[in-house]
Amino acid sequence: MAEAIDTFPRLLLHHAKARGGRPAIREKSLGIWQTTTWSEVLTEVRAIACGLAAEGFRRGMNLAIIGDNRPRLYWSTTAVQALGGVPVTLYQDAAAAEWVFVFQNTEIEFAIAENQEQVDKLLEICPQCPMLKHIYYDDGRGLRHYQQPELASFEKLQAAGRDYDRANPNFFQGEIDRGTATDVAAMFYTSGTTGNPKGVVHTHQSLLVAARMGAEWEKLGDQEEVLAYLPMAWIGQNIFSYAQAYVCGFCVSCPESAETVTVNMREIGPTYYFAPPRVFEALLTQITIRMEDAGWLKRTLYRYFMALAVRVGGRILDGESVAVADRVLYMLGNVFAYGPLRNALGMSRIKLAYTAGEAIGPDLFSFYRSIGVNLKQLYGSTETAVFVCVQPDHQVKADTVGPPVPGVELKLTAGGEVLIKSPGLFREYYKNPSATAEAKNAEGWFMTGDAGFIDKDGHLKIIDRAKDVGKLTDGTLFAPKYLENKLKFFPYIKEAVAFGDQRAAVCATVNIDMEAVGNWAEKRNLSYAGYVDLASRDEVYELIGDCIAKVNADIAAESEIAGSQIKRFLILHKQLEADDGELTRTGKVRRGHVGEKYAALIDALYGGKAMVHVEAQVRYEDGRTGSISADLKIRDAKTFPPAAAKKAA
Amino acid sequence: MSAMENDRAGRIGGQILAVEGVSLAFGGVKALSDVSFDVREHEVRAIIGPNGAGKSSMLNVINGVYHPQKGTIRYQGREYHHMDPHEVAVSGIARTFQSLALFKGMSVLDNIMTGRNLRMRSNILLQALRIGPALREENEHREVVERIIDFLEIQAYRKTPVGRLPYGLQKRVDLARALAMEPKILLLDEPMAGMNIEEKQDMCRFILDVNDEFGTTIVLIEHDMSVVMDISDRVVVLDYGRKIGDGTPDEVRGNQAVIDAYLGVSH
Repeated sequence: MAEAIDTFPRLLLHHAKARGGRPAIREKSLGIWQTTTWSEVLTEVRAIACGLAAEGFRRGMNLAIIGDNRPRLYWSTTAVQALGGVPVTLYQDAAAAEWVFVFQNTEIEFAIAENQEQVDKLLEICPQCPMLKHIYYDDGRGLRHYQQPELASFEKLQAAGRDYDRANPNFFQGEIDRGTATDVAAMFYTSGTTGNPKGVVHTHQSLLVAARMGAEWEKLGDQEEVLAYLPMAWIGQNIFSYAQAYVCGFCVSCPESAETVTVNMREIGPTYYFAPPRVFEALLTQITIRMEDAGWLKRTLYRYFMALAVRVGGRILDGESVAVADRVLYMLGNVFAYGPLRNALGMSRIKLAYTAGEAIGPDLFSFYRSIGVNLKQLYGSTETAVFVCVQPDHQVKADTVGPPVPGVELKLTAGGEVLIKSPGLFREYYKNPSATAEAKNAEGWFMTGDAGFIDKDGHLKIIDRAKDVGKLTDGTLFAPKYLENKLKFFPYIKEAVAFGDQRAAVCATVNIDMEAVGNWAEKRNLSYAGYVDLASRDEVYELIGDCIAKVNADIAAESEIAGSQIKRFLILHKQLEADDGELTRTGKVRRGHVGEKYAALIDALYGGKAMVHVEAQVRYEDGRTGSISADLKIRDAKTFPPAAAKKAA
Repeated sequence: MSAMENDRAGRIGGQILAVEGVSLAFGGVKALSDVSFDVREHEVRAIIGPNGAGKSSMLNVINGVYHPQKGTIRYQGREYHHMDPHEVAVSGIARTFQSLALFKGMSVLDNIMTGRNLRMRSNILLQALRIGPALREENEHREVVERIIDFLEIQAYRKTPVGRLPYGLQKRVDLARALAMEPKILLLDEPMAGMNIEEKQDMCRFILDVNDEFGTTIVLIEHDMSVVMDISDRVVVLDYGRKIGDGTPDEVRGNQAVIDAYLGVSH
């Protein structure tokens, strides 16, 4: 591992020398994986950096990078860093209007866009962002007729760069030499649940030290294979597919498109993998559905070996003692079930898989571990450059996030809020000293805003956002996310939102999982026209009612929150969408916004009505709006007295 | 936008195909009577009309499946009394089908490769053994096919058997197979039939992209009026086998005979 090297561009120079012939990044072109080696990456980056300089990009300027994971966008990141500029990566699926604030906030003059879609959006906001003068695009398809003077192709940029480089051969090295570890290396805009997004400023040092901490803890080397499929604008993607790739010198592969990720997973066979719980869940749902459709023999084998895996698989992975007979059977299962299953998932070669961002269902978590995938949880945020807590091998639990990584200090306030001190901590929020002061106190502790506690093994357990933990009118503790997560662990429930702070009881809105409930309905010969129709079926209400009753039974057993059982619920007529502002771009529910938007529904829940009419505006992906209306039923859920809970469960 | 449209209009060239006085009858049933129209290079030409108007028959006449009793077809300066299907395909006219004509059990990739069949030079034995020139040739064809896969955004389904794909995607594979022939003229028989709005929008975009990117002349039959009016340069209207209108979408829209026969009738 490259120890003393303290900036990204210098790491690139190092790898180009130390392992110049090894693969650095791959991309599929016309159906064939094309590899670029570290020394070739250096050539590309050099041409981009010199090109940007020739076009007037200077030290300290910001540059927007927008698109799916593409090698050229990664190279641009390094090129900008080499010039002492700051790459600002934006979420590629956001509507153009959502970018305006960032462009104005950072006074961006240069942008690099993946394709026509992103170029169109940039041109759309040009009038509001007059500073934006240069747009370079990677894929020119459909752009042939565009006449805008701001536009230029990536090839043109690099050609200009090569000319500039010939005229100023010492320029590139000189710029890299001027960089220091405490220079700003990147900015990440947080999806902000309220108000404008905040730009989280990270230096080369904070990103690289955090990346190195994680890599050393997990003993990652230059042989790892990573598939870069999450948005580049997310810090995790930057750490796992950029910072750690630069620290360790491993190879990153870019999938062809969002639809081909599963196929590409199988082709590449990553050794190191991150996915949020919902991705693991979607994969498991797919497997379950396909297994249900499989022939009798396959189904029986699958059931038998999965039962065995649940019993002993996790323990074998944890290195615990397991009876010899079970070990032999597990080996057999590896041949007939687990191996093929891992292969189908593209997880045959996985040494290390992480999940984070949300609580993961215990069944879901243990499924992957039981078939031999070393899935672990970690805890972190944009401000901490991801790594705060990681579960060590052999100490993995479904409901904790593990102890702090060596190098990170952690303490809890009286109110249960988690505070962190780490070398990976962000420097500040961009142009927002008041927010910085609010988040980071004078001694350098970062207030995560998460509430949690440390369990007996020293693992951190997160229960909710500190500000979301509320109280019912009778004083019972109300942790909405805790309830919602318990609901979401049922395959039929995609999203749930619980309300109850300052109210007499807890009520919830539920979104069904179209795939799982659809399949369930098909099995029962229940015909339906679409989401709205299916969601309003009495049979579906009963199905969801049963799930809620089970959660209530669970909660009744936990003395502090036994009173926060869900009394009434309804099934929403539409999925929650980021485009409608109901989810953040990373897919988290914006509870406050949902509460305001569906205030009428919530009043009806508490008002004791059995039916409520709703009309809602929806925004389509292309920015147009429409409206849906529906009559929603409201049902009471079965609740349990705390004492009776054990019997019922 | 306006720059783009001017550019399009400028690209439309001279006559590439013309049917003159074509009549076709099956026994006593007159499918087409005395129909004439022309197609210019690089344009998007639509044929519309109510059910049974003779639209598909017209396409079948053009690509040689039906032989008209009367009339001539002029293609690239030569005059034919009727066309021969094989000759038509070799000379650069490809088509897609209303009821898909794909090999359901074969993968998307193999289906599109069949579109390259006419362009394979090596003999079947060398191909079967995959040696020497045959292998090199296959690589070349595969490259063309991969470009089309990339163009139509079906990378995720290369290895999927066509029968397992949803209908809208099957239509796209059918288009890909036709494109693999690198045709001069592409005949599309109801490319959007049975699709939902989103699939229709995608298909429209692909048709326009094909026309723009490869310069392919497109003749399409379509039921969905709004689609036709949006993407066509000129429209022929048939009713009971007769031509009752011909012109730009705006002209056709204002034509009283057309309004009576088609547009005025609510479906």
